[in-house]
Formats: sequence, C-alpha cells, structure tokens
Amino acid sequence: MTESLDIARDTLLAPAGLDDGALAQAFDRLLGPSVDAADLYFQCTRSESWSLEDGMIKQGSHSIDQGVGVRAMSGEKTGFAYSDDIVLPALLEASGAARAIARSGQSRQLQAWQRGRGRSLYPPLDPVDSLSDQDKVDLLRRVDAEARRLDPRVEQVFVNLNGSHDVVLIADGEGRLNADVRPLVRLNVRVQVEQNGRRESGSAGGGGRYSYARYQEGDMALEFAREAVRQALVNLEAEEAPAGSMPVVLGAGWPGILLHEAIGHGLEGDFNRKGSSAFAGRMGDRVASEHCTVVDDGTLADRRGSLNVDDEGHPTQCTTLIENGILKGFMQDRMNARLMNTAPTGNGRRQSYAHLPMPRMTNTYMLAGPHDPDEIIASVDRGLYAVNFGGGQVDITSGKFVFSASEAYLIENGKVTRPVKGATLIGNGPDVLTRVSMVGTDMALDSGIGTCGKDGQLVPVGVGQPTLKVDALTVGGTRN
Amino acid sequence: MNQVVQPEAATGLPDEQMLIGLGERVLDEARRQGATAAEASVSVGTGLSVSVRRGAVDTLEYERDRSLAVVVYMGQRSGAASSADFSEQSLKATVAAACSIARYTSEDPARGLADPALLATEFPDLDLYHPWSLDADRAIDLALECEAAALAGDPRIADCDSASVSTGDGLRVYLNSHGFVGSRLGTRHSRSCVAIARDEGGMQRDYWFSVARHADALETPAAIGKRAAQRAASRLGGRRLSTRRVPVLYTPMMARGVVGQFLGAISGGNLYRKSSFLLNALGEQVFPAHIRMQEFPRRPRGLASAAFDNEGVATRERTIVDGGRLETYLLDSYAARRLDRQSTGHAGGVHNLEVQSGDRDFDQLLQDMGTGLVVTELMGQGGNLVTGDYSRGAAGFWVENGELAYPVEEITVAGNLKDMFAGLQAVGADRDDRGGVITGSLLFDSMTVAGE
Repeated sequence: MTESLDIARDTLLAPAGLDDGALAQAFDRLLGPSVDAADLYFQCTRSESWSLEDGMIKQGSHSIDQGVGVRAMSGEKTGFAYSDDIVLPALLEASGAARAIARSGQSRQLQAWQRGRGRSLYPPLDPVDSLSDQDKVDLLRRVDAEARRLDPRVEQVFVNLNGSHDVVLIADGEGRLNADVRPLVRLNVRVQVEQNGRRESGSAGGGGRYSYARYQEGDMALEFAREAVRQALVNLEAEEAPAGSMPVVLGAGWPGILLHEAIGHGLEGDFNRKGSSAFAGRMGDRVASEHCTVVDDGTLADRRGSLNVDDEGHPTQCTTLIENGILKGFMQDRMNARLMNTAPTGNGRRQSYAHLPMPRMTNTYMLAGPHDPDEIIASVDRGLYAVNFGGGQVDITSGKFVFSASEAYLIENGKVTRPVKGATLIGNGPDVLTRVSMVGTDMALDSGIGTCGKDGQLVPVGVGQPTLKVDALTVGGTRN
Repeated sequence: MNQVVQPEAATGLPDEQMLIGLGERVLDEARRQGATAAEASVSVGTGLSVSVRRGAVDTLEYERDRSLAVVVYMGQRSGAASSADFSEQSLKATVAAACSIARYTSEDPARGLADPALLATEFPDLDLYHPWSLDADRAIDLALECEAAALAGDPRIADCDSASVSTGDGLRVYLNSHGFVGSRLGTRHSRSCVAIARDEGGMQRDYWFSVARHADALETPAAIGKRAAQRAASRLGGRRLSTRRVPVLYTPMMARGVVGQFLGAISGGNLYRKSSFLLNALGEQVFPAHIRMQEFPRRPRGLASAAFDNEGVATRERTIVDGGRLETYLLDSYAARRLDRQSTGHAGGVHNLEVQSGDRDFDQLLQDMGTGLVVTELMGQGGNLVTGDYSRGAAGFWVENGELAYPVEEITVAGNLKDMFAGLQAVGADRDDRGGVITGSLLFDSMTVAGE
C-alpha cells in the first residue's frame, strides 16, 4: 500500500507540483458545515489494445487519460466536477463548482492526513510494459495458428489483447489518503466457422489483474483458441432452441451471470435507499432456496473484479448477500451507507475520474452445494443445459432479468442430447433463486471476461457459481 | 490552454483555430517521426447536468472533456494513439506511441486514408450549434417541474427515480495528410424522467425523454413527466403469456434497435468478415416492396447531421432500401477496399436514416394487427448478426380486437432477423426522431413469444 501511495504521488501529484498542502487548499474550498463528505479522485490510466484478423496484426492503439474528479455531498445531494488537467487552478475551480451544491456557511478544517492501510491483492505493475511489443504480436499469432490448425472449417479468427495500468489516489474530507495501482489484462478469441454455407461463431478468453506474462505460461492462451473453436463447431450442429418455461441446468463458472443480474444489482445500496429495487425492505426474508449462499468478494487475488481499496478508498471485503436462502446484506458505497445508517462494504466504484462513484459489484458468486453435477443433469426429464452466455440485463424495479445463452443443449430423459441455438432466458429476480432445487459441488469462477454497465458506467467484474438447477425458467427459443 | 472548470454556465469552447493548430502540429510531428501519412482528430466538450429527486437536487455535474487522437501510417502499416493531455510533450509522446505500434502491425493493402476524391470540399452550415445559457438553478427548476408533473401524472406513481436536465456542446476537428481540414460544432440538450409506479402487485418503472440541438425544440418538462408517469403506471398488473406465435408490433423506441441490427448486417466491417446474415444481398429483396429507407446527412438541426464522416468523406443523401431492395452497403474506406468498392461515407455510422412506409398511425396498426403483442421494452442483446438468430426479453401489451387488452411481462420474443425483415408488414406514421435512426412502429407478421 505504501508502495502504491508512492507510485500514485509520483504519477499523479508530483508532475503537477501538487503536495499535501495543495490538497488541503482544495478541501478548504470544498468543505462547509452542510457538506457531509467530500473527496478528490486523481487518476491516470494508460491502456493499449492489439488485434489480429485475417492472420494479420491489424490494429494497435495506445491511450493515456488522466484527471481529477471532485465531489461534495450534502445529505442526499451530490455536487461533482472534474478536470482532465491535474493542476492547482483547475483543482480549486472544480472544488468550487462541486461545492456549489451546498452554498452557505463557513468552511471547516481538514483533519490531518492519515494514510490508509491496504493489502496487496495484485502487483502494482504496468502490463503494457510487461512484455515487448514483438512478444505481444507473437502471442496473437500463436493463438491464431492454433485455432486454424484445429479444423479446416475455421474461416475467421479474431484475437484481441488488451492491457491497462490504472493509478488512483483518493483523498477525502476525513483526511484519509489511499492509493491503488491496478493492472488489468484480457485476451479474447472469436472464431467463425463455415460449413456448406452455414456460418457460426464461438468465443473464449480471460484475464485478470496480472501481467501479460501469464499468457505465456503453460497453455492458457492456446486453450482459449481451442475453446472458441469447440464452441463454434458445436453451434454448427445446433437446432432451433425450445420456447417456453422448463427446468434449466446452468453450468459452473460464467453462467453465474445469473446471480449478477437476478439478485446482484437489486442488492446495490443506492436502489435500496431509494426504494426502487424489488428487494427493498426485504432484508431477512427468504429470497432463495436453502442451498443458496451468495457473496460479493472484492478480495480475491488477481481477479478481474478485485480491488485493494474501492474508488472511495475503502478496503474491499467479502460481503454475504444471501446465506442459506436468507437475504443478509446489501453492497454499499460511503454515501448510501451513511444515509442508510450502515457500514460501507468497499463497493463504491466508478468508471473514471469523470464519473460519480456508485455501489457496484466486484466478484459475485454462489458457494458450492451438496449435489454431484451429473446427478443434477440426470434429474431432468426435459429441459435446457446452458453452459455459455453472452450478456444479461435487469430491470431492478420490476425484478425482471435476462441473460443470453450462447452454448446450450437439450436435456432429454436425464441425458444431455442435442445442441440448440442461443436463446435469451428471462426470469424474476426476487423468486428465481427460490426455484434452485439443486446446487453442485463444482464451484468455479469465470475466466475474467465480465464488464458491468450501470448508468452508462462500465467497470470490470467477476462472477461464479457451481452447476445448478432452476426448476422453471422461461427459454426464449423459436420451437414451440 | 486554459482547462479550468467553470462553475456557472459552462460554455465557452476553445477556439476552432486553436484545435486545428493542434491537429496540424500532430500531423507535422507524425511526418517528422517518419509517418508516410497520418490523420488527427481533436475534440473538446463541456456540459452541465442536473438530476432531482423528491423535490430536491440529487446530483449536479459539470463536465469538461477533451481528447487528441492520431492514426499514423508507415506505408501500409498503421498505429493509433490518443491522450487527454494537450501539452507539446504529450503530443509528441502520443505520436511516438502510434509510430511504435505501426512497426509491429502487418502490411495491409487496404489500410490508408480515404480516397482524396471523396473528401468533403464544401461545409454547409447545418445549424447544429445552439448553446443554452442554462445555469444550475434554472436547470434544477426545470427538472423539479418535470418531477412534479410525473408525480401528479397518475395516482399510482410512488416516486420518481430521477428527473434530469442536461446541456452540452462539443467541437471536433479532423485533419489528414491529404490536406483535409474539417470541423464539427454542435450542441445537444435533453430532459428526461424515470417514474416508478406501485400497486399491491409490485413496482414498475418507465421513462420518457426529449433531446434536441436547440433547447426550444425540447418537449416541455410537464409533458415529459406526465408521459413517463403514464408509461410506468400502464405497466402495473403485468401478466405472462403462454408460448405462441403471433404478430408483433414494436413501438418506435424498440423499432430503432431492430433497424440498428439491419444496419449492422449491411455495414462493411461485418460484410468483409463474412460475419453477416446479409452477405451478397445488394440488389436483393430484403424487405417487402413497400419499405424504403433514406438517409439525410445534411438535414438542418438533425441529431446525427454531418457534412463529412469520421474519415472526411463527404456525406450525401442516399436511398439505402428502395422497394424493399437493398440499394447500398454502408462502407468506410477500409471495408470498401476489402470489398473492391468505394466508401459510402459511413465511417462512424449512419446520419439521420429514415424508415419510410405508409401513413397508418399507431392505433390503426393495432387494428391491422387485430390480435398480437405490442413490445414497449426489450432486454438483453439477443441478436446474432452472423446467423440472424434473434431472441430477446420483452414487456408490453397484449392486443385483442385491435385494442390494448392488458400489460404483459417476463416473456421473450424470438425469430430470425431475415424472416422478420421479409415479414415487415407496416411502418407506422408515429415517427420518433430522437436519434440517428428515425422510424415509426414496426409490425412484424409472426414471431415466437415464449412465456409460461
């Protein structure tokens, strides 16, 4: 943490000649008797992207974005301004603008600075520099060659490599000073196959808060190519998906997007403070079957959704959302925790300095249950077995949510039989988990591909779950 | 450059000449670092947005953004880089980053700037810049007016999630080493409201918004609040449907998404990759003969109006679909070269595309449909452009005897986009012009609805 703070000071404050005194000057402008809380969020993000297509290294790009976001809160009101120039005059001006939310009264003094004590879930490295550009493009080519080697029906291979280095420094009106240095990488492969004029695609990928070197160890990158080809070839054989309500068995890992959409968003503090969530006022109620225990855990080493501290400088934690089917907790940022008279849970996140923080998920997953995954499939007479998904969406007020299968099979008489085309599944968040009758022993986290959108802000997240059975879920296929 | 955030009425964009000067320095620097060609874009924007809840301000945000982006070419190789820092040092580093990348990308014969013969040479005033001298107090009052109208709009309205007012202006200059220099200056203002209705069965939310280049063209706060309230309340008591095949009518807001899927399927990037279900469809009958789609890129005050595309290629009026037949693909320079064609000026997308058909209004379309489903909300991605397979979560109304019978929810609508397009029976006169795609309701002859 101390190391992160030093890196953040060197990256963000030193070039502009800003010191602790300058920050205090900004807080002089920002703090007033009716201002309950205020913070400055300094950020510098360096990112790059490489793409391969048609066997060529087709594009590469590099970007640097930096700035400071200034926020003042008074009761339920928030004033916010930002500048992409980290210099004192801009900082003071933004502070004055954010402060406009609470106009009257005398300024109050900032407490002495206290450095946060954090942890180190990932190294403070810059992935962009973790591998030479030549090695990066060689990696893309190897993935391409592997996909093409596997099957002559492979027509197109798209490989993308992304890396970013995000340095943040958060100073707040209580005098807390926290920093985090966040590496993030991702490798993605999409394959298109063609057979007798029919085209289908498959994709795979993964990443986390580590350096590109991880892709060179073992077979990880080539495994993504194999998985994408496998999925695409399965889809070549897929028939029309069934339509209607039926038992659905979800595979382990990424299908945990179910939890993210069905209950995760509905348990974010802001929606519950405002009473706009279908879960508002339901703390302590049964919202899932006894087999379901769901947590949001920002403290997993190296994971895409993990953070040492959240974007308000609060340490992340493992929060139990549902325990044996009973609703136990919400995810909170500082503002909503204060207004709901509870403690923050380290879920205050923002896309960048130019966006306001909100309660957001980190890594959301269901713990393992008692059932053998084979036994779960054998228990279904006629239903759907869905193992891969695209995205999902939820209306937190009505509770209705969707998630879209990209690889699915029919289950007939207890056996997985034919592949079916992708289809959207729809359900009702507050009751879907009450219909989870079996939960597998095979808990798995996703491979590190999730991005969550809320109010137009994107943040990286993780999900996970064991194989599980929902007794009835509506499958949006075309075959009645 | 002065990058100070201005607390009141945050207008006052930097001078166009200053941005062009910066772009020229980027091109000079690229040449100096060995690029054989280059393009630069520099953009700045400012904005103010307020949102209120329960009679008081919820958030007040001042926005100020800027970005500098460059693409360099070393022969047939290219590299791109961007930065938010306009300093000389950053400018050099950004160009250097792009040049460094270009050394590792592949020789690609299709890579390069747009054909000089296609670049825009005239820059008509499209009447896109109408700053709104809106201070925070006035913005808050307007938002409060909107919220009050929503709360009064229906007795079942429990709350407003938010009522918002925002104003923004932006300037973007684009230059390339063929000597092209163009700028786009515009404003964009909006008002919106999200209302929450409640009854013993639960809660429903819905919204309404208005967006325009000129503040005078916005719907009144009262009208927006009232409409949001009516929409949210009308969803209460939603039922599910049993699984069936029926005609489906998409309201204009939902129709825009389906038209977007069509535009994706005829866009160059998906065509040269063979990632479209409409390969080789040029000149083919994709829709019934009564469907026509036209693009009006230079319409005054249009939300998506532009005299040139993102590569400087001149835009012009085009007929995209005529008599139901596909008349043109949507190509940027790269896709055009890959397909052995010319750019159609669609780098960055379409500019004011209108779907045209008969003059039947929404109620008449309900009559035409008789029994079926009206879709007012769609959830999830659900459209696969490679295969045309389409499946999405939906909510709306069940229709019997040409009239709305009751709200429905937790259902899906599915089909294949190719079949949906071929079975597009009508386009409503209820055109919605709040976006770059302008369309009325769309009536599809048959889709699978899945529910209980």
